[in-house]
Amino acid sequence: MTPLVLATEAEHVVEAGITGGFWVDTAGIMLVLPFAAFLLIMAVGKRMKRQGAEIAIGALAINTIWATVLFVLNMTEGVLAKTTFEIARIGTVAGKEIVFELGWVVDGLSIMMFFLVNLIGLLVFIYAVGYMHGDVRIPWFFAAFSLFAGSMLLLVGAPNLIQLIIGWEGVGLASYLLIGFYWEDLDNVRAGNKAFLVNRVGDVGLTLGAIIVALAVGSFDFGAINLAAAEHLEALSSVAVVGGLLLFLGAMGKSAQFPLHIWLPDAMAGPTPVSALMHAATMVTAGIYLMARTFPLFQNLAEAARPWMVAIGAITLFAMGLLALVADDIKKVLAYSTVSQLGYMMTAVAAGGYTAGLFHLFTHAFFKALLFLGAGSVIHAVHSNNMSEMGGLRKDLPITYWTFLIGSLSLAGIIPLAGFWSKDEILATLGDEGYTAVMWLAIAGAFVTAFYMTRTVALTFHGTYKGHGHPHESPRVMTVPLVLLAIPAAIAGIFSIPGVSLPGIGNFGQWLAVREVAMGDHHGEAIEWVLAGSGILAALAGIALGWMIFSRDRGTQTARDSFEVPVLYPLLRNKYYMDDLANGVVGGTMGPVARFVNWTNTYIIDGLVNAVALLTKALGSFVYGIVDQLGVDGVVHGLSAAADGAGSALRKMQTGRVQQYAASVVGGVLALIIVFVFVT
Amino acid sequence: MLLNQFLILAAALFALGIYGLLVRRNLVLILLSVELMLNAVNINLIAFESVFRSELAVGQVFAIFVITVAAAEVGIGLAIVIMIFRNRRSANVDDLSLLRW
Amino acid sequence: MELFETWGLTLIVFLPLAGALLLGLLPKENELSLKTVALLASLGAFVLSLVLIGQFDFSAGPYNSYQFEVDETWIGAINAHYHLGVDGISLPLLVLSTFVMVLAVIYSWNHWEEPRNPKAFLILMMILATGMNGTFLALDLVLFFIFFEVVLLPMYFMIGIWGDRTPRKIPGFGREVETRLYASIKFFLFTLFGSAFMLLGFLALYFESGKSGPRTFDIVELTKLGADGAFTGEFAFLVFGAMFLGFAVKVPMWPLHTWLPDAHTAAPTVGSVLLAAILLKLGSYGFIRISLPILPEEAANWAPAIAILAVIGIIYGSLACLAQTDMKRLIAFSSVGHMGFVMLGIATLTDIGINAAIIGMVAHGLITGLLFFLAGSMSHRYHTREMSRLGGNIRLMPVMGGILAFTAMASLGLPGLAGFWGEFMTLVGSYNPLQGLSLGVFRTAMVLGAVGTVLTAGYMLWMLQQVNLGEPGAEWQGQEFHDADRFELTAWVPLIVLIVVIGFYPKVVFDTTTDTVTSLVNTVFNSETVASLGSGG
Repeated sequence: MTPLVLATEAEHVVEAGITGGFWVDTAGIMLVLPFAAFLLIMAVGKRMKRQGAEIAIGALAINTIWATVLFVLNMTEGVLAKTTFEIARIGTVAGKEIVFELGWVVDGLSIMMFFLVNLIGLLVFIYAVGYMHGDVRIPWFFAAFSLFAGSMLLLVGAPNLIQLIIGWEGVGLASYLLIGFYWEDLDNVRAGNKAFLVNRVGDVGLTLGAIIVALAVGSFDFGAINLAAAEHLEALSSVAVVGGLLLFLGAMGKSAQFPLHIWLPDAMAGPTPVSALMHAATMVTAGIYLMARTFPLFQNLAEAARPWMVAIGAITLFAMGLLALVADDIKKVLAYSTVSQLGYMMTAVAAGGYTAGLFHLFTHAFFKALLFLGAGSVIHAVHSNNMSEMGGLRKDLPITYWTFLIGSLSLAGIIPLAGFWSKDEILATLGDEGYTAVMWLAIAGAFVTAFYMTRTVALTFHGTYKGHGHPHESPRVMTVPLVLLAIPAAIAGIFSIPGVSLPGIGNFGQWLAVREVAMGDHHGEAIEWVLAGSGILAALAGIALGWMIFSRDRGTQTARDSFEVPVLYPLLRNKYYMDDLANGVVGGTMGPVARFVNWTNTYIIDGLVNAVALLTKALGSFVYGIVDQLGVDGVVHGLSAAADGAGSALRKMQTGRVQQYAASVVGGVLALIIVFVFVT
Repeated sequence: MLLNQFLILAAALFALGIYGLLVRRNLVLILLSVELMLNAVNINLIAFESVFRSELAVGQVFAIFVITVAAAEVGIGLAIVIMIFRNRRSANVDDLSLLRW
Repeated sequence: MELFETWGLTLIVFLPLAGALLLGLLPKENELSLKTVALLASLGAFVLSLVLIGQFDFSAGPYNSYQFEVDETWIGAINAHYHLGVDGISLPLLVLSTFVMVLAVIYSWNHWEEPRNPKAFLILMMILATGMNGTFLALDLVLFFIFFEVVLLPMYFMIGIWGDRTPRKIPGFGREVETRLYASIKFFLFTLFGSAFMLLGFLALYFESGKSGPRTFDIVELTKLGADGAFTGEFAFLVFGAMFLGFAVKVPMWPLHTWLPDAHTAAPTVGSVLLAAILLKLGSYGFIRISLPILPEEAANWAPAIAILAVIGIIYGSLACLAQTDMKRLIAFSSVGHMGFVMLGIATLTDIGINAAIIGMVAHGLITGLLFFLAGSMSHRYHTREMSRLGGNIRLMPVMGGILAFTAMASLGLPGLAGFWGEFMTLVGSYNPLQGLSLGVFRTAMVLGAVGTVLTAGYMLWMLQQVNLGEPGAEWQGQEFHDADRFELTAWVPLIVLIVVIGFYPKVVFDTTTDTVTSLVNTVFNSETVASLGSGG
């Protein structure tokens, strides 16, 4: 288990202080513990006081210790190490032996993800103890959730594409299991199916892209691939665009980029903690992570692909944000918001903003998880997801309100909260790399974001309560995580202030840069106040407009929701008819196609087989009845008749009279005498 | 020297024997006819022997064979005839056609 | 050990047969002794195969060298030998065969289908075991053919006597036929039809081998001749085609697959399991062991066609699955799809592709075997296989439902479980097939295969939704359902463990196969064969 192999070419070498040591060498424990927790909970969870939650939380707590230590080590000195175990030699391609390995890579990028997944995971798990209290199947909940955590860690710690794919599909599985958690209602199951299948469509791209890229390089290892990309390896250059786009297709599926986003809103059928962790902070970010991990490929060889990727990110960012304007279900608002923010991240990374996109991933994880958990708190209090049944809750749920507000403002990008800094860096990247149109679109998107978040806050927490229950604040086990998440949601911006590079602060880019292969990245030198100002202005405008429209409380629902933009809103309410398209295309074709295939199989192919059988039977009848019975058997019968006739005739010779026999003997002898004497 | 005559004599006796064999109805007489035929053959053998004078007296030896066999055969044949007569009260060959179709 | 060296393989093959003979002598009332004998016989064969693994030399030589060989003249007049041997390719399949047989016996301990006759059923199982083990070890074409055919009769009787008795209306036939009768005859005749041509191919090889030396049925000798280019041209085309028919029916390849769904729906649980887990492997094994090494040039000519048929099988099988209402029939069509991946891997004629095929075979055997076990147990309790009537199974029988969900995930190729490697590596192999083969065909096949994985996920999730999830139907109210009992679990848990272990550590299979397969590809598809491909040879 020795640490690894740095890039060999001098220009690509990255400096790192720590390449080994206790924490680094044993980092693999983070990948294994959640799976162990899964098995343990399945075995004994039912009998425990908190139904297995203790095991899940314990595993993640231990993981968080490692993750935090590694994070600090990376902050101070930089960590770069990799451990792998061979799990198969499978053959050779173009003379190079292909080997499959599992293991873990510990570098800036993976450490950031380890930290995110474990810390937010831990907080969500603790929150879930309160949220799921009294619910069904709690052990299974924590078991599946642990399975998810393990798979996600496998994914982000993957040293090669094979392990990435294993983790990738593992989180897909966990997502399916948890979305369909309340499986008594088949609609939830269908939502889970949809998530799994849309992801699988993307996975076609991931698999094919991985194969194409890896075989061109001769290895599935990220270090090898990135090095080959940095050195402009000929074999890789020729396939980089196709391979890159295919990998991007996989990322689109997982990170819900347009048009493979349709699964995410439906995924809200799962319990809220699931949405908070998987569909906000971690699983959906896997696609962005993949793009970041293979960044050199796109930077150096697949430039032709990048405009397409930026475009898709841009469409996602804006079009999905609009959908949040018309949703009544608070979780759906947040879901669309997540997709939109993922669009920001994707467009940033595609444009060359490695740090920008990842920093936004980092901050977004905190405030989005916070928002989801806050929404969960609200849902828990009013027993409904719909904002039309909420209102005026800031008096009854103060902690939830304030933390939610912090999260919203951060998301909207108000300085000095975290979201501002990360969004600003994205805007700067877009502008510097020449994607000016996209940049303005992103600023417009900021306006939309602020607008729908204000709507959400106003409808939920302000005005009068429209529901029928007696909402009260959530228990401490739920509010404490909210507060804890609000802290980084507010101040995490400090990690990446352009132009500021204090040790331990404002160095996010540098922490992420500690990787196996260095690559070009967009660096911001200083805050561009014009750009930042535009962003803030857009956000403030959105808040103002939103407040104006939605905070007016006429005591009736129609007053506030009467805000309607003709043509646009009906289109939005029908989600651009994309779901109908998907359902129509898939349901309309798959069903009939499948039935057609089955019909062909039964009537044509099998029909042929059966026809052969019937023909053979008919032939058999013919052969038997005619050829055999009448023909061949006829000959046989004829022979026997002949024998019979001959016998009947010949037996008359047996008279029983000896003298006649003697007479014939004499006659015969005479005949012989005549023959022998006279003829011969 | 007198070969032809003896051969003719033997042939005549043989023919008589055949005639008797085929025509006679009494079993004893049939046997008699068979004896006659055998004796005719003996005459033939002796006649040839007397003319061709072989070293080992083949004809005469053969004739003695025939006489011996004839004697044995007649003995058994008559015994069978007596048994038939005792069982069927008849020595008529026409009555003995049981082995027919 | 010396004794094992000479007798080991013979014992593995014939121990079950000896068990069958012993069973024949035992009274049929004494069920415990019957079951014990059967268990000991199959367990004995399995333990011996484990010893085989222990004694196996994993660094052994090039392709066409076998270990634990037994070579005695058998029918001198036609130079047929009793020649057994094992190498890296047959070892995993052999172990799979003996292993699943043990599990089948354990499962059968208290699960008997009507008409209840443990003695007869166990005897048939033992004969089947001999046939299966023998096929994987046979190195003489006559011997191979005999074992290949031996498996037909027990399966015919298993399906015909203990199979599903519901009458069915077969399109085209006049009156209704009992499913089991139709299926058993169809299975038998269909397979025999292919085998008849296969035999012709074998005989043709025998006579043709006479031109380069004494005529021989020996696979080792024929492989050497084949690698030297003794079988080419029109002759090779016809012979490959003849053998193709025999093996393709068994695989089963589209469009010769239609016997499989009927056989599986009709067969009793253990019959389905053995059919899916092992019998299907005989066909693809035949390709790898016989067709490819002896007729390499011809194999390269046929490879694109095989790839196309394989891909059709993948897509077609998956689509047909979506239209099924009968659970076992759905799983049967999924087998068609999975074996499509296996055949695609073989068609690439590369070490990665053939390796993928072998691990795909092993994984499919474990996974689909388990699926049929589950389907059988469930249909036993519900007395129906109609998925529309099942539902909420995971509430009525949580353990069985959980295992079903796990196995369905394994079947759709979830990475981390055994099924993934076969599919993924087949795609890897398809990207770079043997030099000279059409890249267009194979890369298209690769893309379609990847699309096939989406369809596979589709029907598996749909199956789970219908069967496992939701609420149980009203007709099951008040009925008591016994979850998996200890015999079932004893049979299933080893499969589950293996699926996970191979999923995360496929080295256990690859360390056996990779070297042999690489050597196979390098020796057989050497530069001459490859060069002749370019010239259209």
